[in-house]
Amino acid sequence: MKYPVRTLTALLAGVLLVAACGDDETDPVASDEGATITLQAHDSFNISESVLDDFTAETGITVELLPSGDAGAMVNQAILTKDNPQGDVLFGIDNTFLSRALDEGLFVAYESPALDGVSEEVQLDDEHRVTPIDTGDVCLNYDKAGLAAADLDAPASLDDLLDPAFGGTLVVENPATSSPGLSFLLATVAEYGEDGWEDYWESLTANGVEVAAGWEEAYYGSFSGSAGSEGDRPLVVSYASSPPAEVIFAEEPLDDAPTGVVVESCYRQIEFAGILAGTDHEAEAQQLIDFMLSDTFQSDIPLNMFVYPVTDVDLPEEFVRYGATASDPYLVDAEVVAENRDDWIERWTEIVLR
Amino acid sequence: MTGSRRLVTAAVFAAPLAFLAVFFAVPAGTLVLTGLRDGGTWDLGAVADVLTSSSTRRVAWFTLWQATVSTLATVVLALPAAWLLGRLRVPGRSLFSAVLVVPFVLPTVVVGTAFLAVLRPDGPLADLRQTATAVIVAHVFFNYAVVARTVGAAWLAIDPSTEEAARTLGASPWTAFRTVTLPQLRPALAGAASIVFLFTFTSFGVVKILGGPRIATIEVEIHRVTTELLDLRVAAVLSLLQLSAVVAALMLYRRAGVRRGSGAIRAGRSTLRRPRGAEWGVVGATVVSAGVLLGVPIGSLVWRSFDTADGLGLAYYRALDTVGRGSVAFVPPTEAIHNSLLFAFAAATTALVVGGLAAVGLHRLGRRARGFADSSLMLPLGTSAVTVGLGFLIALDEPPLDLRTSPILIPAAQAVIAIPFVVRTVLPALDAVPSRLRDAAASLGASPWRVWTSVDLRLLRRPALVAYGFAFAISLGEFGATVFIARADAPTVPVAIFRALGQPGAINVGQAMALSTILLVMTTLVMLVVDRVGDARVGGF
Repeated sequence: MKYPVRTLTALLAGVLLVAACGDDETDPVASDEGATITLQAHDSFNISESVLDDFTAETGITVELLPSGDAGAMVNQAILTKDNPQGDVLFGIDNTFLSRALDEGLFVAYESPALDGVSEEVQLDDEHRVTPIDTGDVCLNYDKAGLAAADLDAPASLDDLLDPAFGGTLVVENPATSSPGLSFLLATVAEYGEDGWEDYWESLTANGVEVAAGWEEAYYGSFSGSAGSEGDRPLVVSYASSPPAEVIFAEEPLDDAPTGVVVESCYRQIEFAGILAGTDHEAEAQQLIDFMLSDTFQSDIPLNMFVYPVTDVDLPEEFVRYGATASDPYLVDAEVVAENRDDWIERWTEIVLR
Repeated sequence: MTGSRRLVTAAVFAAPLAFLAVFFAVPAGTLVLTGLRDGGTWDLGAVADVLTSSSTRRVAWFTLWQATVSTLATVVLALPAAWLLGRLRVPGRSLFSAVLVVPFVLPTVVVGTAFLAVLRPDGPLADLRQTATAVIVAHVFFNYAVVARTVGAAWLAIDPSTEEAARTLGASPWTAFRTVTLPQLRPALAGAASIVFLFTFTSFGVVKILGGPRIATIEVEIHRVTTELLDLRVAAVLSLLQLSAVVAALMLYRRAGVRRGSGAIRAGRSTLRRPRGAEWGVVGATVVSAGVLLGVPIGSLVWRSFDTADGLGLAYYRALDTVGRGSVAFVPPTEAIHNSLLFAFAAATTALVVGGLAAVGLHRLGRRARGFADSSLMLPLGTSAVTVGLGFLIALDEPPLDLRTSPILIPAAQAVIAIPFVVRTVLPALDAVPSRLRDAAASLGASPWRVWTSVDLRLLRRPALVAYGFAFAISLGEFGATVFIARADAPTVPVAIFRALGQPGAINVGQAMALSTILLVMTTLVMLVVDRVGDARVGGF
């Protein structure tokens, strides 16, 4: 008879218990060793724990990580909370979102002495409100076996994709919902100009391009070259680091990567870190920015985030053998992107999807 | 209503109202208001522009159309399964009931790729890729359990003797069902259908993955303009549009479903019986159709989790504990499972307590007076996850409610989604409690509290546990609402699945499949326990 009451009481007690445990976890742990700063990053951020431990050992500063969704979601969160920021340093803002963040005044300037070792080309902000940390190229990937079966050579330019021989072979991501999709659209804008890219996409559509919502759907669902793939298209928009990843995460050691990169098609994404305005730990945040450009951090980047360092550290062997670095990647000025992206995406949607 | 009765009703409502205000109304309202007065001014012209644009009209029409078709298809296809669960004793019944919930918890991306595998480009179903049909089939897949389990639980509570009496008097099985059983099932049926409608109306992942880029629901558009364009004004207008559509649908639901719930509810002794004659055919057809619809996508992902380069093996499961160890994004599988279970327990329990109180409050209000309160409780299901998630960040950022990075926020956000479920399951059962039982108890001298605990609470046990199971499952698989909550370091199984799928390579895909399989085993076990407790003899009167 009293059974249900007792159950309910127990459940209620459970709720309170969980709530109480939760509270404990959020209480900042008192520490004598120095400040704790929060690194707000996108969900793809990753680095060896030992590297962060090195930073703490060197400086006495503890870094707490705050994953905040994908790059776009993270920037939007930061903008919405700029009067009361959630973190001290923001990592992972890329050149397609940079203008929006700078216009909103998210960051305080800091020119790291470590920038000496970084190429001028990736230092997009003269005022140093953001610091480049890594670069990742969005490039066409091809399925070696798939192309061979169709008796095709890999395309060597964006123009080649219009060849009827490549009809129905390419899958791209929707630039309205996918970051690599937007990068590929920007590559075509850079190649054919603001007057010519629409014609290019009309021809590409006529040649049977497929559009997927995001990278996962394109790479795992439609592309034929990925491990565990169900797809039948030998060309996909992915990353320069995807072939090395296929080798590193293969089940059994591979002699060669199953996929290759069309280096002539690459668009360069640069990822930046910045100190969030409103931080109480500006000095510590500056130390973290310096550290992110150190050899320790930079050489740990490729195998954890599958992007490339911005300083001159050695790359892992798989990256040297199977990856590709575009010598002359496409890049559209961040302000031009900010000004036009919505229009371009809308036009693209009209041309390709309607 | 006497004064003291009113006071009790108000007291019962206080907790649900406070909870939903803090974790739903204030955050969502703040974001919508921020959007509407973007730049400090109200711009009603912009509102009209958004509402009258042809693309908004197209999206709104498609949203309504696919939700209606999906709901009808789900109800029709899942009704035989509800009958099976509510009436028949067949071998494997409890396992069947538990496995039905699995689709509910699987991340859309995983199920999406499983469906894409079925619709492979070189296969016989290739024409369905990127079509509305694929979306509707997937919606039936995801929501089958909602109808089968909630209606099944209601069926179980209906006394079969009246239908048998009708049969004895010469009614055909169909006439007996239509005139005797169906009217009694109606509240549960309408409740389940309204949940399915809301889920499919606000569908996001399925539409994005299976519908392809040419199809969008209002929810997909809200997500796009918010996360890609950060155009909060358009997002606010679309949110209000979605909300008004949902409210309209709820009013229709009330007119259709709640008119008359007649109550011959019974508890205790099981009325399950073995199927007879031609009924075996229906059982067979139900099991086969559920097997194809649910079994093929689920089976393919379980298979892929064991299908390694060396034949069948556990390589992917072992990789979960080794690949990436030592990096900050590494999630030990035991920790992910622990976090998932802890959050799910907290969320489901919160939802049951808060939703249960709300159902009791609504019941006390009586059918006529409850309209407004009843509908408002459903609104969380009609609100975009991104609206609530971003709303948390700007509304709950000051003491005393600086909850932005608190681990409480995750189960709270999940409970908000699960509460409507609890209400829709518990309320029809509460309404069906025969008042003569209460009167009898009262006339024997029981206090109102005693009446409630010895009559209502006992009869509510089964529907409450069904609701608890769903709330648990919602939380276990939930990813949408919590994406926008910056998580403290407490990754769950769905989060680990997304991390694994973020990089190419056989080991990563294999790990995602292995984690999905773990998630589905966890779900099945939890459902078996919940069902076992619910079906246990309560003791007859």
